[in-house]
Amino acid sequence: MDELDRHLINRLQHGLPLVPRPWEALAEELDSQPELLRQRLQALLDDGSLTRFGPMFDIERLDGAFTLAALSVPEPRFEQVAAQLQALTEVAHNYRREHAWNMWFVLACETPGGIASTIRHIESMTGLPVLNLPKEETYHVGLHLPV
Amino acid sequence: MSACICPSDATLTRRLIELTQAGLPLVADPWAWLAEQLGISSAQALALLQRLQADGAIRRIAAVPNHYRLGYRHNGMTVWDVDDERMAELGPLIGAQPFVSHCYRRPRRDGWRYNLFAMVHGRSAEEIDADRQRIRQLLGNACRADDMLVSSRILKKTGLRLQKAENPLSRHTTEPAPLDSPPARRMTGVVGKAGAEAGAASPQEKAPCSE
Repeated sequence: MDELDRHLINRLQHGLPLVPRPWEALAEELDSQPELLRQRLQALLDDGSLTRFGPMFDIERLDGAFTLAALSVPEPRFEQVAAQLQALTEVAHNYRREHAWNMWFVLACETPGGIASTIRHIESMTGLPVLNLPKEETYHVGLHLPV
Repeated sequence: MSACICPSDATLTRRLIELTQAGLPLVADPWAWLAEQLGISSAQALALLQRLQADGAIRRIAAVPNHYRLGYRHNGMTVWDVDDERMAELGPLIGAQPFVSHCYRRPRRDGWRYNLFAMVHGRSAEEIDADRQRIRQLLGNACRADDMLVSSRILKKTGLRLQKAENPLSRHTTEPAPLDSPPARRMTGVVGKAGAEAGAASPQEKAPCSE
């Protein structure tokens, strides 16, 4: 990863400008070439430094719903349950966390009712109770990791 | 759907999500590509994106970093049992700290006493421990207990996916698990440290707020 990659990652965490020729605009900003920026971005996606490039939708503004939920999975079953959640499209993210509640995931559903039915599905599939912690108030959202 | 988005936008928006949820293709003119897929003009496609962004339905068209691969190997979900009466004052204060990426109030449950969540990211365990300590100071005696749940492994990171996505696009991000190369998947240092905690702590257990 060189200086240009770092500039590109930092800049693109803020988003592609919504202007008629976005890559040209970005290239001008970064003193580079549009084609080169796209190649670099593709390489960063390919090597896993970035997990995705695209619109970040707020499903709640589109009548959908998110929740944060957790499971306390017995260690011998951890991989199996991780695979079960992996297969569900409603599971947007899933992290192992070092705690008795050791599996933490975000559900993203197209309707608020989808959250409840997905949780029931996970409970019946795994036989484990789900700790459902929907947000009640947002104080801040704004992940930015400078590199 | 908010009032700013007219009904025809709703149909286009759903189609837009299906087309781009796995990623926006890295083509010279992405708006022209979208326009072609949606059957509208390039100017209309850009205007749609601008309206959705103004409305908050699209936060931005952005690169999502893999924290671990970018050196942020330590992330902690700090959780706090804060006096309900003081949440309106303290929630925004914690959310405003530059090292906090996400901050929410969430419900208490049986076996879960923490109502304030603040996510912190760092390049070292010391860094996130210091962040936690700073939050502790800010909360003072309004906080009765806290904990920090460090993540040791990404199991899945795809972001939003609609149920009936017709035609996910990207070659690289449709599969749910290109998450981490094996060396990054397990952060043994963190697991070692936090594993001890996990062995000792049940979800019900309380950690004192002030040391």
